[in-house]
Amino acid sequence: MRRLLHSPYAVVVLLALIVALLPLVLPSTFYMRMAALVFIFALAVVGLNLLMGFAGQVSLGHAGFFGIGAYAVAVGPAHLGIPSWAALVLGAAAAGLMAFIVGRPILRLRGHYLAVATLGLGLLIALVFTNEAAWTGGPDGMPVPRLVVFGFRVFGPRMWYWIAGITLVIGTWICVNLIASPTGRALRAIHDSETASRVLGVDVARYKLTAFVISAIYAAIAGAYLALFDGLVTPITAGFLRSIEFVTMAVLGGLGSIFGGIVGAALLVLLPQVLTVFHDYEHIVLGAVMILIMIFLPTGIVPALAARFGRR
Amino acid sequence: MGAIYALVALGFTLIYNASDVLNFAQGEFVMLGGMVTVFAAAAGVPLPLAALLAIAVAVAVGLGLYYLAIAPARGASAVSLIIITIGASILMRGIASIVFDKNFHSLAPFAGNKPIIVGGAALLPQSIIVLFGAGLIVLVLWLFITHTLTGKAILATAANRLAARLVGINTGAVVALSFAVSAAVGAVGGVLAAPITLTSYDAGTLLALKGIAAAMLGGMGNPLGAVVGGLTVGLLEAFGAGYVSSSYKDAIGFLVILLVLFAMPQGLLGRAGVERV
Repeated sequence: MRRLLHSPYAVVVLLALIVALLPLVLPSTFYMRMAALVFIFALAVVGLNLLMGFAGQVSLGHAGFFGIGAYAVAVGPAHLGIPSWAALVLGAAAAGLMAFIVGRPILRLRGHYLAVATLGLGLLIALVFTNEAAWTGGPDGMPVPRLVVFGFRVFGPRMWYWIAGITLVIGTWICVNLIASPTGRALRAIHDSETASRVLGVDVARYKLTAFVISAIYAAIAGAYLALFDGLVTPITAGFLRSIEFVTMAVLGGLGSIFGGIVGAALLVLLPQVLTVFHDYEHIVLGAVMILIMIFLPTGIVPALAARFGRR
Repeated sequence: MGAIYALVALGFTLIYNASDVLNFAQGEFVMLGGMVTVFAAAAGVPLPLAALLAIAVAVAVGLGLYYLAIAPARGASAVSLIIITIGASILMRGIASIVFDKNFHSLAPFAGNKPIIVGGAALLPQSIIVLFGAGLIVLVLWLFITHTLTGKAILATAANRLAARLVGINTGAVVALSFAVSAAVGAVGGVLAAPITLTSYDAGTLLALKGIAAAMLGGMGNPLGAVVGGLTVGLLEAFGAGYVSSSYKDAIGFLVILLVLFAMPQGLLGRAGVERV
């Protein structure tokens, strides 16, 4: 039992159980909808966590990739006549390609410079979506047709709950596998010390690029899901605040902890729902919560809890 | 606009030098400067007094940010500190939207609205005031840092915090001071710019981003670089809007910054840093 708990796959099993059993306790479709949103955001955060938590590279521009996925399923069917599922795949590929092309020069930068370069990248992508109004509907956004798979229309919170949940489990499983592989070890070595890992013969640039591309693809798939789920995309999807939201989710939950990312996503998706009671004070509470958690739990929620219960 | 970016970038550089914190709430100081002035002036306070009040408010908020949020998190990682300042910026925006309102506001220009014709180009008097005001602040700041004991303490802390503490400098107070000065610089920028650009409770975000970008462009931690970077971003935007497309005005600055960082990872005036392992 103890060994099972410490196996990296415990996270995947736990997550699969949660996804399978949660519908039994959720009282209404509103909660199903919330849960589906949590899963969608968690998918993006799991990818980002690979880059930030394991490879140690900050990205403040992941909403850009998220936006590429979202706009792919909007623009593809509307302007190019591509079916939604194919547009989803193309969008993920496009985001991966984009990350591959810009990744090499950007990932040479370090620390704050990397943060600002990725921030600039994300903003540029968002600006393109805002300004190419003929294709994207400009600042108002555009509607997204429902996903149709094998003549079967996918819609409603219940169906998206299962799609997002299952994708999240698969995504987490791939991520856990990757971390347990030599690539994962190389990434963690880079996190600890780039110079030392280069001395040991790790191709630092290549592994950083791998993590960047994978996290971009995760973000694009999550973006496509959100767009298909909402039936609408706007440039806010790809905006700066969305990028910040992702980073905050990853850090609040705990960098380097896959489950932490999911907890962080759940917190930031659900918190505003709880806070709607406070109407105008929503921003104040959100900002205060971010500051307080960072001051008192600097490693993030899940690692902090794990440390407390592990010591007992 | 370039002068405003330069002031925001300068504020960043001050805080970054003293404490290695990338302050994403810098734009909120500018917003506070503009908003407090607008509302105080609307309440019948004479303009110079309103401006002073705005700067005082910003300084108080800056000190509050340091003592309540940054200082307790000493030793946290760079990403945690970035998230704290972003949280602070969301918090300030939330408070501003309640204390003030969610509308756009403008301030009457300090010296009338009649453009001055200089060699065929029309200049608004306010633009000249902004430019001179910004120049004056840079000059005062430079004198303060190079010619007073407190200023030299800031320089020493920026150069090496441990060594500064060893020679008896209260580094905590110096960092707090740099937050206060930085807030004041931002607020002055906000006051000066309010008549040209509209101000609102959420005006800070884009300014903060462009300010950081400008500071990066010049080379992080270099005050002169911050000013040069700010002016460059402002000019590039103006030319970009004129010659390429006004809808991509915001994009041009960031595109140039990406390209500069690709070619010169240390910024235009940054020194090539050697990192100890």
